[in-house]
Amino acid sequence: MHIPDGFVNVPTTVAGGAVAVAGIALCVRKTSKIVVDRQLPAAGLAAAFFLLLDAPLVPITVGTSGHLLGGTLAATLLGPWLGVLVVTVVTVVQAVFAGDGGVSALGVNIVNLAIVPAAVGYPLAALLRRLLPRSATGVAIAAGFAAVVAVITAALLLGGEYAVGGAAGIPTHTVVSSTLGVYSVVALVEGVVTGLVIRTLYTVRPDLVWLARPLRVRRPEPEPELDPTPEPVDDR
Amino acid sequence: MSGAAHQPGAELLIPADTPVHRMPPAPKVVATVVFVLAVAFSPPRIFWPFLWYGLLLTIAIVLAQLPIRTLLRRLVVEIPFLLFALLLPFIGGAPHVHVLGVALSEHGLQAAAMIGLKASFGLLATGVLAASTSLPDVISGLEQLKLPRVLTTVASFMVRYTEMLLEEFNRLRTARACRGGDPRWLWQARDVASCLSALFLRSLERGERVHLAMLSRGFTGTPPAALTAPLPARPVWAAASVLPVLAIAGSLTARVLA
Repeated sequence: MHIPDGFVNVPTTVAGGAVAVAGIALCVRKTSKIVVDRQLPAAGLAAAFFLLLDAPLVPITVGTSGHLLGGTLAATLLGPWLGVLVVTVVTVVQAVFAGDGGVSALGVNIVNLAIVPAAVGYPLAALLRRLLPRSATGVAIAAGFAAVVAVITAALLLGGEYAVGGAAGIPTHTVVSSTLGVYSVVALVEGVVTGLVIRTLYTVRPDLVWLARPLRVRRPEPEPELDPTPEPVDDR
Repeated sequence: MSGAAHQPGAELLIPADTPVHRMPPAPKVVATVVFVLAVAFSPPRIFWPFLWYGLLLTIAIVLAQLPIRTLLRRLVVEIPFLLFALLLPFIGGAPHVHVLGVALSEHGLQAAAMIGLKASFGLLATGVLAASTSLPDVISGLEQLKLPRVLTTVASFMVRYTEMLLEEFNRLRTARACRGGDPRWLWQARDVASCLSALFLRSLERGERVHLAMLSRGFTGTPPAALTAPLPARPVWAAASVLPVLAIAGSLTARVLA
């Protein structure tokens, strides 16, 4: 899914870059209130997680450049705004330090991998979460289904980008059919893995799943048990 | 935390005392990014500029006294991502050339070579940066360049957690292998997913402890002032810009001549 250098022409690259920068700027503004919140370390951890997940360490790689994308998982765990930023950081580091995707195609790649899951996957997940039963399975199905749709959307968008500005000398229909072929399988795996991860995390640590925020029972904060009058210490 | 003591990315750093190593991180980062972009925007199907980029890279490598074979060996990280480029000569359109009786698309061959060259040269350039600058320095350079704080903080946490995550992953993998687990097919996705969530939880809990330790040592979200030195003076920038400007010149010349 990572587009290499020279795969699409310069106008497409520039347009992708413009959309990516605008999207990142919006997300930076939306997350400006998080300073040292506990979310930032979690975001960094998620970033490290996706960095390793995208490396061919997980032995479920389908096709040669098919791997899990994780965008919807990031958005459902961290919220759409921070999710975009996390996947952006990962995509940049992959392009710069691992040659995964071209540096000039970073804009297009950020649109496909970071912005699409947050813009398409997250709203869908939020909608489904409202319709489905308020249980771990409900949340998991919502996230998993949204992940499937987000991956297919990204693959379609990739085909569209190539149709508009393809420059690699391959017929467009070959690119579209091979991408869709590989990514329909990836989408299924991605959906299942996203759903199962969300289910486990929601069961163990519901506070980590952003998608489930509205589900949390609003208990009154327990009064801190400060003893106003300490027991006199009998030190005789 | 055993992992906290040694620096992340230290295995990429090749310490030496050269002008390249001593240069402050911000101009180095900008120079690398500009160089990589110049290479990436090199026009398609024209191969001579890569000789020029190679010469410029060699100058940087010699100045930094880096072992060139080590840098070349590090290019293996790109192999998994370039495998798909091998398909291009087979699925590309006409005209075809015949090599050993196999019809290969000419455009596909050129596209594959271009993708490989651009990725390799880009990686060599970032390899020089990583070999002469520690990762925390790269991130503090990005901070000096006024990149949004959310991005640099997430990036620095990512760098810190990557190694920890790998350790946890290896522990989990050992434990799984001991119990005869070896998931590799679609219907075993549940096993992969439960391992992933266990990995995420374990690492997050360790990460939370690291974060609490950082807070208790006075971490406020910004690195200490001592680490964010002011941006270096103009002569440093001028020195850093020589190679990238020459690379841009080569890239533009190729585009104009094309």
